[in-house]
Amino acid sequence: MKVVVSTVVLFVLWVAITGSFDPQELSVGLITAAVISMIAPGVAGPEPKKWLQPKRYLFTFIYLFYFIYAMVKANLDVAMRVINPRLPINPGIVKVKTKLKTHAGKLALANSITLTPGTLSVDIVGQYLYIHWIDVKSPDIEAATQEIVKGFERFLEVIFE
Amino acid sequence: MVYRALGEFLILVGSLFLFLAGIGLLRMPDVYNRMQTGTKATTLGALSLIMGVGIYHPQWFFKTAIISLFILLTNPVSSHALARASHNKGIPLAEGSVLDRYAEDKERGLKEEENDS
Repeated sequence: MKVVVSTVVLFVLWVAITGSFDPQELSVGLITAAVISMIAPGVAGPEPKKWLQPKRYLFTFIYLFYFIYAMVKANLDVAMRVINPRLPINPGIVKVKTKLKTHAGKLALANSITLTPGTLSVDIVGQYLYIHWIDVKSPDIEAATQEIVKGFERFLEVIFE
Repeated sequence: MVYRALGEFLILVGSLFLFLAGIGLLRMPDVYNRMQTGTKATTLGALSLIMGVGIYHPQWFFKTAIISLFILLTNPVSSHALARASHNKGIPLAEGSVLDRYAEDKERGLKEEENDS
């Protein structure tokens, strides 16, 4: 099961990177993917059946748009701060709590936070993230969680948990 | 051609964001704030540039999409590692910073059980 799923995942990645449907390329890719999966079946993650649930793909697709929207907004926000002569920043490091348990989920959350509204992940300890915030609106853990994490968590919960 | 114009527009937007990132690096007061502009604006700038090239030359689109994906995955990780390393090295936040929970918690010891209160 594990081997089959990781073979398929690696094969799709292969096709995406080579970008060709030449039978020679495809067969080499299939063999390579199969060999790698047999040597290291862990590449598909600890629970390979997650790859088979279509709901996760749907949410990944929606998340992509949400993420691009958030990222463009963040960039405009930071750009406005940069070109404003008074440099309106109010920085600090806040602590937020996440519900996500899996490593992949936490990674995606930390990456998303880094790329969006004035926030930069500094460290993760257990369920807590330390985040450098360019404009601290609230030092409180709950309020900061609400402001920074919740929007992403809604999607990431479905995709990774 | 419409797609060419779109590609050119994306490339222009990308270089604009990279330019703003450069200004941000010069103007921000400390390493963490610099990293804010340095990661966000450069990621979107690079993405927009690369996707612009991908749209301008449609036969490259898939490759540029994969490159963008890798930038999206790796860029924040490097900035995260840099921020953590600078904090552990003891580089202070700029004057006027509001709070530093990370330093507070580090003094108490960063243990997961303790934080779960």
